[in-house]
Amino acid sequence: MAHLRFHLRFPEDKIKEPVLCQINREFPKVDTNIRRADVREKTGWMDIEFAGEPAEVERAIDGIRKKGVIVDPIELNVVE
Amino acid sequence: MASPTTTDKIKGLVCRECGKEYPPVSLHVCDMCFGPLEVQYNYQAIKSSISRKTIEAGPKSLWRYVALLPIQGEPTVGLYAGFTPLIRAKNLGDELGLDKLYIKNDTVNHPTLSFKDRVVSVALTRALELGYDTVACASTGNLANSVAAHAAAAKMQCYVFIPHDLEASKVLGNLVYRPNVVEVEGNYDDVNRLCSEIAGEHKWAFVNVNIRPYYAEGSKTLAYEVVEQLGWTAPDQIVIPMASGSLLTKVWKGLNEFHKLGLIDRVTTRVHGAQAEGCSPISAAYKQGRDFFKPVKPNTIAKSLAIGNPADGYYALKAAAESGGAMDAVTDEEIVEGMTLLAQTEGIFAETAGGVTIGVLKKLVKQGVIKRTDTTVALITGNGLKTQEAVMHAVGRPTRISPSLAQFQKTFNLGKHER
Repeated sequence: MAHLRFHLRFPEDKIKEPVLCQINREFPKVDTNIRRADVREKTGWMDIEFAGEPAEVERAIDGIRKKGVIVDPIELNVVE
Repeated sequence: MASPTTTDKIKGLVCRECGKEYPPVSLHVCDMCFGPLEVQYNYQAIKSSISRKTIEAGPKSLWRYVALLPIQGEPTVGLYAGFTPLIRAKNLGDELGLDKLYIKNDTVNHPTLSFKDRVVSVALTRALELGYDTVACASTGNLANSVAAHAAAAKMQCYVFIPHDLEASKVLGNLVYRPNVVEVEGNYDDVNRLCSEIAGEHKWAFVNVNIRPYYAEGSKTLAYEVVEQLGWTAPDQIVIPMASGSLLTKVWKGLNEFHKLGLIDRVTTRVHGAQAEGCSPISAAYKQGRDFFKPVKPNTIAKSLAIGNPADGYYALKAAAESGGAMDAVTDEEIVEGMTLLAQTEGIFAETAGGVTIGVLKKLVKQGVIKRTDTTVALITGNGLKTQEAVMHAVGRPTRISPSLAQFQKTFNLGKHER
């Protein structure tokens, strides 16, 4: 079981879409746990933990990316 | 009286978002809200042991401020870093219309010629205290150089992760210290994600990830030194280059700590942030009056500032606002102009980030944000020898002559030397 933390960014055109709900249905073996978020009319982000088998979490993350949401490490930019 | 290196000076780590407290271990994210952690000090204990006198009696390095740095014992790494010159920049001041302009010259920081020697000295000293024998970082330049050099001197194992397409001169600047240099294939985001994963997987001191709360504190020493070198006075204005935004937040923190400890009477300094237009998420947010930044894909010659999704962007906006400071950005052409202007007026060859600082300083003076009579400091954070390609096209060519005295005198329109 892996617990991985990510920072999700929602482009303006994705804010109204139920992306996370869809991911939960598509990957029922992955638990999502929102810890902090700020969703506004034109911008939105979430700090979120994914728990599950590593390969399944990876697939869920790919699924989120395919829906147009940007997935970054929780630390944002690590390369300085 | 307690020594300035008392072990109880560090209270622990605290979440910058929810305030949850942690012991001073290698941890960088709050497990409650995932907010970033910061070092919290016991200022009461520090106040009883610190004074201008104790600082002045300390070594001529950043470690003279050890009482305010997050280590528990004696410093062991980077003993000669910091305490760089604060130069009265009369010529550049005349050019820009400033009577009291100073350059804080970290182009000559020891040993790798950038302000990163400050943060890395603190990070590696703390890493050794926490029991690590291996350090790592992900970097495109100055940070990698500094980590590799300090790790070599401290006899620590070292891993440096770089993008596979980094310029040869920058790769060499790491290889010479014999760390494990790992070139990662893929784009910037791929490198970034892999490094975050590696940091989570291995028990290493990843200086700007799990050691970040300690690492970042090293930047405060720029503020301390400026104040001490100005005769224990905080300047009216400081212009600071921004990449992750951490430097600006720590300079602001450092100034306020000195005030809190009674080392200076007041802080009326305005801290201003400088970015390159090709990567200006923080200054763009400032200009648009937003309290959040929008990440960008960097496209600028100022590679050392090219962080499109800055970890401390939000906090830099907050610190600048608290101080009444401004932010602005300059084009690549203005960066080169800033670099050559600094070199030709003060004899300081700064890297591109220095061009950004000077370019934005110039703009802020023009806009009337910085006044002629203000005591103004520009932080110049890295050496131009590292980014020579940026100015190659702007510095002209040597004048070639045949080995003849007559031709030399003719070329430069000089008369015969009279004995």
